[in-house]
Amino acid sequence: MTTEKLELFEVFIRSKRGLDHKHVGSLHAEDHAQALEYARDCYTRRSEGVSIWVMKSNDICASQEDDAESFYDPSDDKPYRHATYYVLPDPVNNM
Amino acid sequence: MTPEEQNFMRKINAEEKIEPKDWMPDAYRKNVTRQMSQHAHSEVIGMQPEGNWITRAPSLRRKVVLLSKVQDEAGHGLYLYSACETLGISRAEMIEALQKGTAKYASIFNYPTLTWGDVGAIGWLVDGAAIVNQVSLQRTSYGPYARGMIRICKEESFHQRQGYEALLVLAQGSPEQKQMAQDSLNRFYWPALMMFGPHDSESAHSAKSMEWKIKRETNDDLRQKFIDQTVPQIEFLGLEHPDPAIKWNEERGHYDHGDIDWEEFYSVINGNGHCNRQRIEHHVAAHEEGAWVRDAITAYNDKKNANKIKNVA
Repeated sequence: MTTEKLELFEVFIRSKRGLDHKHVGSLHAEDHAQALEYARDCYTRRSEGVSIWVMKSNDICASQEDDAESFYDPSDDKPYRHATYYVLPDPVNNM
Repeated sequence: MTPEEQNFMRKINAEEKIEPKDWMPDAYRKNVTRQMSQHAHSEVIGMQPEGNWITRAPSLRRKVVLLSKVQDEAGHGLYLYSACETLGISRAEMIEALQKGTAKYASIFNYPTLTWGDVGAIGWLVDGAAIVNQVSLQRTSYGPYARGMIRICKEESFHQRQGYEALLVLAQGSPEQKQMAQDSLNRFYWPALMMFGPHDSESAHSAKSMEWKIKRETNDDLRQKFIDQTVPQIEFLGLEHPDPAIKWNEERGHYDHGDIDWEEFYSVINGNGHCNRQRIEHHVAAHEEGAWVRDAITAYNDKKNANKIKNVA
């Protein structure tokens, strides 16, 4: 068996109830069910998680870091979206 | 109690979050759905009173700030609708409930924005009151709601600050401008207090919501927090406090305050505010005018999928 014939899955783990699932890595598997078991065996060997998500890497549509400059450009010149932009006198600055 | 109920209550008591795929009592699901969808509707309807001033904001700076704030509210509506959908209700069902009036939104948005001062007052008082409530909800028991609140609170601080800043400029301006600020404060102060809902003794949903930790603090406690924090802010503006009964109570460590006009509260909630009909009519119109965009997306997807099948064949 070679991994080339298997699909690549991305693994996300919720370390504690209430927190977001966080990306921890990837693995090859036959299908979702198998990916979930592999993820358990691989990524939660020391009780690192209470919940696992797996998804096919091919299903991820990602932005390109090389395009970051133009992609995020619309928010670069909008400092007024930040709370710190509004200077208030000390007595009322705690809002 | 069934084993499922026991497990559910164990999580609640242990301060663990309830996640979308967990078992939960139907009443819990219904209660969170009601609260979250109402919260989402408030964000969306809340765009109207402020949007009313975007074209008339007094400077380009004020215009981009206000535009940016209104855009944030749309985003907050989206976070909350999406989080609410994890409970099994669809976006279309929620929109329909809003438009038919079976779902509520914060009744403060049924008040009109008559002057530029009102835009400042909304940012400072209405967003200020919302923040007090939302900070508390960061600890709500439903996971997606709690995480949404954390994100929203981070973004919300600018809303309050820009509003206060706008009122500060008015309060330090000409006598007419100062009067405008006072007038806005007078009109929005009491409705802002009503945002926290009826007294705990009168609140239909409070007891169960507290037990299930959907709500973490009572309406009256949150309202008191807001009253206390607002007093020095009004003083700093040099404006008169709209509540003549406001008085520091050394013993309680809080401000005592005058009675809220609950008749007005229920009247506005039940459809008799200045703008209730206008708000919903506008929402329906905007929704219908946008139908062609949604139709176009569906048509494009259908076409793309049809092509895919053809190419495979």
